[in-house]
Amino acid sequence: MGELRLMKGNEAMAEAAIRAGMDAYFGYPITPQSEVLEYLTREAYNRTQCAILQAESEVASINMVYGAAGAGARVMTSSSSPGISLMQEGISYIAGAELPCLLVNINRGGPGLGTIQPSQGDYFQSVKGGGHGDYRLIVLAPATVQEMADFVQDGWDLADKYRNPVLILADGALGQMMEKVELREQLDRSKRPIPAWATTGKTRNREHNVITSLFIQPEEMEQVNLRLQEKYKLIEQNEIRVQEINTDDADFIIVAYGLSARIGRKVMELLRGEGHKVGLIRPITLWPYPSETIAKAAEHVKGFLSLEMNAGQMVEDVRLAVNGRCPVGHYGRMGGIIPSPEEVVDVIKDMYSKINH
Amino acid sequence: MEKSIQEIEHHYDEMNIVCERPATLLDARMHYCPGCGHGVAHRIIMEVVDELGIQEQTVGVAPVGCSVFAYHYMNIDMQEAAHGRATAVATGIKRCYPDKYVFTYQGDGDLAAIGTAETIHSVNRGENMLIVFINNAIYGMTGGQMAPTTLINQKTSTTPYGRQQEVMGNPLKITEMLAMLPGAFYVTRQAVNTPVNVRRAKKAILNGFNWQKLNKGTCFVEIVSNCPTNWGMKPVESNKWLEENLLPFFPLGDIKVPSKEDIEHA
Repeated sequence: MGELRLMKGNEAMAEAAIRAGMDAYFGYPITPQSEVLEYLTREAYNRTQCAILQAESEVASINMVYGAAGAGARVMTSSSSPGISLMQEGISYIAGAELPCLLVNINRGGPGLGTIQPSQGDYFQSVKGGGHGDYRLIVLAPATVQEMADFVQDGWDLADKYRNPVLILADGALGQMMEKVELREQLDRSKRPIPAWATTGKTRNREHNVITSLFIQPEEMEQVNLRLQEKYKLIEQNEIRVQEINTDDADFIIVAYGLSARIGRKVMELLRGEGHKVGLIRPITLWPYPSETIAKAAEHVKGFLSLEMNAGQMVEDVRLAVNGRCPVGHYGRMGGIIPSPEEVVDVIKDMYSKINH
Repeated sequence: MEKSIQEIEHHYDEMNIVCERPATLLDARMHYCPGCGHGVAHRIIMEVVDELGIQEQTVGVAPVGCSVFAYHYMNIDMQEAAHGRATAVATGIKRCYPDKYVFTYQGDGDLAAIGTAETIHSVNRGENMLIVFINNAIYGMTGGQMAPTTLINQKTSTTPYGRQQEVMGNPLKITEMLAMLPGAFYVTRQAVNTPVNVRRAKKAILNGFNWQKLNKGTCFVEIVSNCPTNWGMKPVESNKWLEENLLPFFPLGDIKVPSKEDIEHA
């Protein structure tokens, strides 16, 4: 068993990053995730001599990530919603140049400057492509501080495996809450092989390496796109992660990720206590999306509720998966409000009565 | 099989070659317009990399602009940055590999308009890199629009009646601004319009690479250049116009030089 600690989600991520052999972190303070940069500036260099830099903006941060990733480093940035918006250009370039790196969004309420309270309003931005062009991020949605920590190393491993940026999408509550977390062993930075494509200086025995997302001839650009789509298909085949609870006998299913899934679980328990056969599907990867799990469940349930802290974003993917076989409702609170289990129980009871009519 | 230096020298003697493409420059036909200064600027940078023998330790960053394809010509590891972000990308590389030689190559729009924040903060942090700034007072790749360094009354496709100060503000002397920052170790303005200026510019670039080893801050070399196509001039005319119009506003010479003590270990 690894070392146990009581930690904030943000700090657990930072600690996990050091232990996962991070080479570099570039970031800019923004509530509610500033603890990541604070923790790393305090701890990281002394322990592993990695590069930690507070950049002048999120725009600079993401481009520093591009440079470091292009040079083969295990690199990361983190921010919250408005900062992630600023990074979208850079994320598109990173996806286009196929650079592995880890991005973290501790989602807060928007639009605009919004609020510093937790939200899931950045689902569309995360999974549908926040920047320009046809690209995908692998999006991991932790629901516990333990997963906040675990997904750091897992995320980098996925990024390296597919040469693709990985996004951890959590929210302000997960970033700020403290829970027990079991930490993994420290990895040795020097033991991770530097990829052959990285710009580490042209040696005599190879051609020069170039990191670029520019392919100006349309025929070439189309080939690059086709190759990217092949890669995305492979990721969809291999990397879907989903948790199912009580779905076998369920006649109604709540679909929820992250913090909402924890509320959804409580809702499920309350309704089960009253004899309703409610199950929960928790997508852990938001892209690739567990559409098949939902589609299979749609064969035997009477309805779904997509529970989100937004105006209804993931519900579109649930509806696509259900494909009209049964009603799919949405319940969400916005602006930093976390829904209470009781109000969701009422929503589902209302849906039950309509379905049974 | 690689040739020994003796073989190469013998080869030179036989051929009576007086000038040759440096090994660090790829044998590719450049896409630059006839008379454009980019080709010369590329060449002198690569000559320096060749002469210092640092090809294996050098990583370059290309901008968005006419020189977006610099990596088609420079035979070193390179990254192509988003518009204006070259010094941020270079920071990412250099912070992970402090022993490498890292440089950016950027035009006036890239470095002094869209990338102003990244430029200033990279120099302010004293990133140990070389920034090569090509200033030709116009946007080349997009077809001749106003640059931050476009002169008052200079005509471009977006200042068809000439740049008016009241509307478009003033040409930005970003090089002088950067020289005020403590993080700047060496700041100079050069040109590539005459053979003597080319040699001076090359010396400045040599300093810029050499002094990275000192870890004392950013070296910044502005190169005033031309754009015959978008200025609507023949190459020779453009170099004359550069001399008569750009150089009085952007005077050549060192703006910030390290002290002798600073560089005695170089």
